[in-house]
Amino acid sequence: MKTKLFFLSTVAAAFMLVSCGGNSTKQNNNGGSSELTLLGAGATFPYPLYSKMFNAYHKKAGIQVNYQSIGSGAGIQQLQNKTVDFGASDAPMSDQELKSSPAPIVHIPTCLGAVVITYNLPNEPALKFTPDVLAGIFLGKIIQWNDARIAAVNPGIELPSMHISVVHRSDGSGTTYIFSDYLSKISAEWSAKPGKGKSLNWPAGLGAKGNEGVSGLVKQTPGSIGYVELAYAFQNKMQVAALKNKSGNFINPTLASISAAANIDNMPKDLRVSITNTDAPDGYPISSFSYILLYKSQSYGDRSQTKAKATIDLVDWMIHDGQQYNEPLKYGKLPEAVVKKATDILKTVIYKNKPLLNEQ
Amino acid sequence: MNNNLSIGLNSVRKIDLKEKGFKRSLLLTAILLIVLLVAIFFTLVAGSMPTIKALGFSFVYNKTWDPVANQFGASPFLAGTLLTSFLALVIATPFSLAVALFLGEYFKKGIISGIFKNVIDLLAAIPSVIYGFWGLFIMVPLVRQLEMKLNIPPYGVGIFSTSVILAIMIMPYAISLSRQVILMVPAELKEAAYSLGATRSEVIMKIIIPHARSGLFAGILLALGRALGETMAVTMLIGNTHDLPTGLFGPGNTMASVIANEFTEATGKMYTSALIEMGLLLFVVVTIINIIGKKVINRFAL
Repeated sequence: MKTKLFFLSTVAAAFMLVSCGGNSTKQNNNGGSSELTLLGAGATFPYPLYSKMFNAYHKKAGIQVNYQSIGSGAGIQQLQNKTVDFGASDAPMSDQELKSSPAPIVHIPTCLGAVVITYNLPNEPALKFTPDVLAGIFLGKIIQWNDARIAAVNPGIELPSMHISVVHRSDGSGTTYIFSDYLSKISAEWSAKPGKGKSLNWPAGLGAKGNEGVSGLVKQTPGSIGYVELAYAFQNKMQVAALKNKSGNFINPTLASISAAANIDNMPKDLRVSITNTDAPDGYPISSFSYILLYKSQSYGDRSQTKAKATIDLVDWMIHDGQQYNEPLKYGKLPEAVVKKATDILKTVIYKNKPLLNEQ
Repeated sequence: MNNNLSIGLNSVRKIDLKEKGFKRSLLLTAILLIVLLVAIFFTLVAGSMPTIKALGFSFVYNKTWDPVANQFGASPFLAGTLLTSFLALVIATPFSLAVALFLGEYFKKGIISGIFKNVIDLLAAIPSVIYGFWGLFIMVPLVRQLEMKLNIPPYGVGIFSTSVILAIMIMPYAISLSRQVILMVPAELKEAAYSLGATRSEVIMKIIIPHARSGLFAGILLALGRALGETMAVTMLIGNTHDLPTGLFGPGNTMASVIANEFTEATGKMYTSALIEMGLLLFVVVTIINIIGKKVINRFAL
């Protein structure tokens, strides 16, 4: 009897929870309540930044934002299923993905990230790499540290006669996508064989799970080289390499140089662009945007105008006042020109044919 | 009198009803389990239909796994799974048999036995990610030193490290089942052997092990099942390459590890389907090994 009662009460409690959840979403859809909650899902890379931004925004505007870092792919899927107010992705959506979406989607960049090359050599020399050398190492063509091609770009540094152990990500990841996107641009051979993607058929090396797995393996293995996110490398004070960019300058990965990478003349209007191998003379070549994804027409389903407006205001705040949180958390700030273009895109977002963003 | 009888009958009927209800609920739970298993199987088949149609049987023997080019062959991972699991079994079996005999025959009761049993239970309760960390930070550097002495690429991670960790992880399962089987060997048999002048080691080799062999095998089989499906610790230690394992110290990958690594960010119908088909393959492999195991157990049984 006792167990039955317990069982019943558990069921009742669960039911109550479910019905509460239902109620609160309904309230959100109708808007008008002070406890407005926005839902977002997607990329894991900007998660620390977003949670800081959303926390600050909650204090400022009283709007709760619930962001789930479930990965870019899943974020896009949730947006397509219209279960979230906004999605987030590191890579811009492909034409095919946009075509398979139920309605037009806009891309708003919020921050810049970068992939850095880290390595483990005795005496911790500060190394430089050219695109050819980098591709050669990750293609498994350059297998010794004292190879003449590495020595040629690093005069004065004594390179040990050690085997190069390449370490890459084993899990599907936006970091791998950005890195392979860069390698595909600078090396015809790379573009033909492994190509670009979140998971690759790597021609050389070992795989490790996550940034922490790659950095752990690199730290442990003498003579190893790997790639991790810039924020992760900075927080863990890892040795990083300078890379030669398109203009021929060797650029160290810094917050300034990754922001600079987005300062290009021919930036497309929709900002859906890969800025790896940037034209900017002082830009770090493996930088990339991270995006918020929104429907261009916000009046879908039973979405209220209040909620649509709140979503747009939030994103508008993120690319203006919210930018102050980028650099302390080791994310690149958006350059002025990009903020302007992003604002222009936000102005095109409509609710029942009326733009949502007020003139500022 | 009459009244009393009817009350008695009533309570008998009540008990009867209770019994039936109990039996039915047991039956329902059992059926639910079977339904669940069948449902999982069919979900996997349905989910992997795109790759089954496109690739057919070549999925099992193809050697290239290239998500960018939509080429999916599972043979490196099948090889990695079987290799690491059986190696782990080879390493774990002598140890688990020795510990099981120690606890089941030499120290059946007492403080020592209690401590040992608790420690073994604790080993089974440690989450696999902890084994992975321990392996990565303690064992891998040791293996790396060994590799440097052998003058092969000092990866540290690879088939060997993974097998050792798997062996440690599966031992508790093999030990506790083997210990119970050894305890169940009838005392009369052992006493009869002693009375004929057999020594303790002779009793173990000629009476206990032959009598308990089917149970011991079952314990090993259970352990193998755990090794085949283990994911987290394997991912951390195996090196995660998409090529066929080149040697004992070379890196590789297993089916479970690939699924765990790539499923979260897998986009596209074929890619997702290929990963689900890998799950199906793992399901089939485990089933086949279990069926073979059952056959062997039946043959061994006295």
